[in-house]
Amino acid sequence: MESEQQRSAASVKAVEIGVAAVIFLFGALVVFDSYRLGARWGDDGPQAGYFPFYVGLFICASGTAIFVRALRNTAFAAESFVSRDELKKILTVLVPTVVYVSVIGYLGFYVASTVYIAYFMWHLGKYAWIKIAPVSIGVSVAFFLIFEIWFSVPLPKGPLEAALGLN
Amino acid sequence: MEEVNALMQGFGVALSPLNLLLMFVGVILGIIIGVLPGLGGANGVAILLPLTFSMAQQPGGTTSAIILLSCIYWGALFGGAITSILFNIPGEPWSVATTFDGHPLAQHGRAGSALTAAFTSSFIGALIAVIMITFLSPVVAGFALQFGPPEFFSVYLLTFCAFVGMSGGNAAKTVASMMIGFALAAVGLDSVTGTLRLTFGFTSLLKGFDFLIAVIGLFGIGEILETLEEGLAFKGASAKINMKVVLETWKELPRYWATSLRSAAVGCFMGIVPGGATPASFMSYGLARRLSKDGHDFGSGKVEGVVAPETAAHAAGTSALLPMITLGVPGSPTAAVLLGGLLIWGLQPGPLLFVEKPDFVWGLIASMYLGNIAGLIVVLTCVPLFAAILRIPFSIIAPVIIVICAIGAYTVHNSMFDVYLMVVFGMIGYAFKKLGYPLAPMVLALVLGDRAEENFRNAIKGSQGDMLVFFSNGLVGGLTGLALLLLFWPLIRAGWRLMLGKS
Repeated sequence: MESEQQRSAASVKAVEIGVAAVIFLFGALVVFDSYRLGARWGDDGPQAGYFPFYVGLFICASGTAIFVRALRNTAFAAESFVSRDELKKILTVLVPTVVYVSVIGYLGFYVASTVYIAYFMWHLGKYAWIKIAPVSIGVSVAFFLIFEIWFSVPLPKGPLEAALGLN
Repeated sequence: MEEVNALMQGFGVALSPLNLLLMFVGVILGIIIGVLPGLGGANGVAILLPLTFSMAQQPGGTTSAIILLSCIYWGALFGGAITSILFNIPGEPWSVATTFDGHPLAQHGRAGSALTAAFTSSFIGALIAVIMITFLSPVVAGFALQFGPPEFFSVYLLTFCAFVGMSGGNAAKTVASMMIGFALAAVGLDSVTGTLRLTFGFTSLLKGFDFLIAVIGLFGIGEILETLEEGLAFKGASAKINMKVVLETWKELPRYWATSLRSAAVGCFMGIVPGGATPASFMSYGLARRLSKDGHDFGSGKVEGVVAPETAAHAAGTSALLPMITLGVPGSPTAAVLLGGLLIWGLQPGPLLFVEKPDFVWGLIASMYLGNIAGLIVVLTCVPLFAAILRIPFSIIAPVIIVICAIGAYTVHNSMFDVYLMVVFGMIGYAFKKLGYPLAPMVLALVLGDRAEENFRNAIKGSQGDMLVFFSNGLVGGLTGLALLLLFWPLIRAGWRLMLGKS
């Protein structure tokens, strides 16, 4: 018997078909925009859309081929693309990562990174705060020294750096 | 013996104290990158590339910069073997074949021999490939000097057709991945007509997609997600390696000279043909198993089973740089990133590089010899240190790697939008990897897209739109013909077998 954790969240077939459809749509978008720009022979040679037009056609064709193949393949339906347990694991990383990159603009790279590493250690690693604090702060300080001072590559900074006068 | 003179001058460039220091720094960084999950040659070099921008502006700086980056590449090639043998985790796809015999050896307590064999054969594979590069690249470059736009386009065509025909996987998926790369490369301002393409009114798309962002996302974030799913019990064999083991293994290695030479030949050939190191390592493992007298014992822990894939992978990884410096066509994703670096530093990769920047080219080639020696010394002496990196818990190393990827993506253009893009590419990379879409063609198409299109346009402009320009003389016709042959190779082979079967 399959346990709840191992139950499939999506079959390979479903994902395969979905991705093929997205690829086809992407190709159609490329074809559409290239056609708008002109995909034929202009006065001074090929028009701007000439090359991408055919690229788009190839994308559509390959998308269709993958789609049809996946539709016909019966083995794919039974195969699991990702189990619920795996999906949950992926999301516990992906969601914080999306949050992390979206707050960099407000908090600055260093503060956001410190919080992000701390969250990971707390949530996935189940570490005590006494260990989390030195590691997460230490890594960010190390990055600050490497990038701002050693390589003089400035990264976005936020209110904390402003308050400390590090800008 | 012109090459030898040029090479000696190259050694003069590469042996400066700064360049020697960069070599060791590069190799050590490279091994760390190769050992860490989520970081590999391609995205490791991509992340560190922005740090070389200021270095490359100083006189002679481009040579130092390429030495640093190419040594990261050698280091990553060495690093892949460490994780394969000790942890049964191939750090890079080309180290998968190394796990077959390398990990059993480690389990039998012979990790030291396996590592020594792997590093030494890597070194020998690279050395043979560098010797080939030394003597072959001036010839190829001289030949390529006659190339016009049709010839260059047909070389690109050859590269991409080789991917489709040789990949062995699902051809439609290879085409899809490659064409998506071309489409993404076309986004933004068209340099010829000055029109905006595929931007749909979004100003952030004006600059187009930078392949560095794609590489960092596809390989870095994508791989972290994949590793996460597999669960993270890194159970490693201990990494004791001492001089006695090294010397004993070295005494054993000459016995496998035939395997070494054969694997190096396979590697050199497969490296020049794009698609490179990974199939080369599998192919030479397979050949060794078939041809060796104790081939039936392969998989249970045979030193020869480590020698074969490692020699081939390293030879292929090294010879992938031959088409990059001579033709401007990279043979592997990492070579593509290095090529992108050259473009950013203001160098035009291609045959003219040998004429215009001999210091740079020969400095690079000389650094390949020295960098691999540096690599061998570093790995043989510091394996336990590098193995210890993998014992850092995943819940610490994973966020740190993602932070490094984010910093790398940001520093390419100092743009937050690129960091968001990186995450999107990461998700695409995860889905594509799980569904068996190859990522290398997409990266190569992203890097070469503009140049391929430019040469295509110039070629058909010259011929007034007549596609027969790609068959107009023996050279270009031969290249195009070979490209088509490679493209339809699976069909041709199937047809051939069918005919033989019927007769």
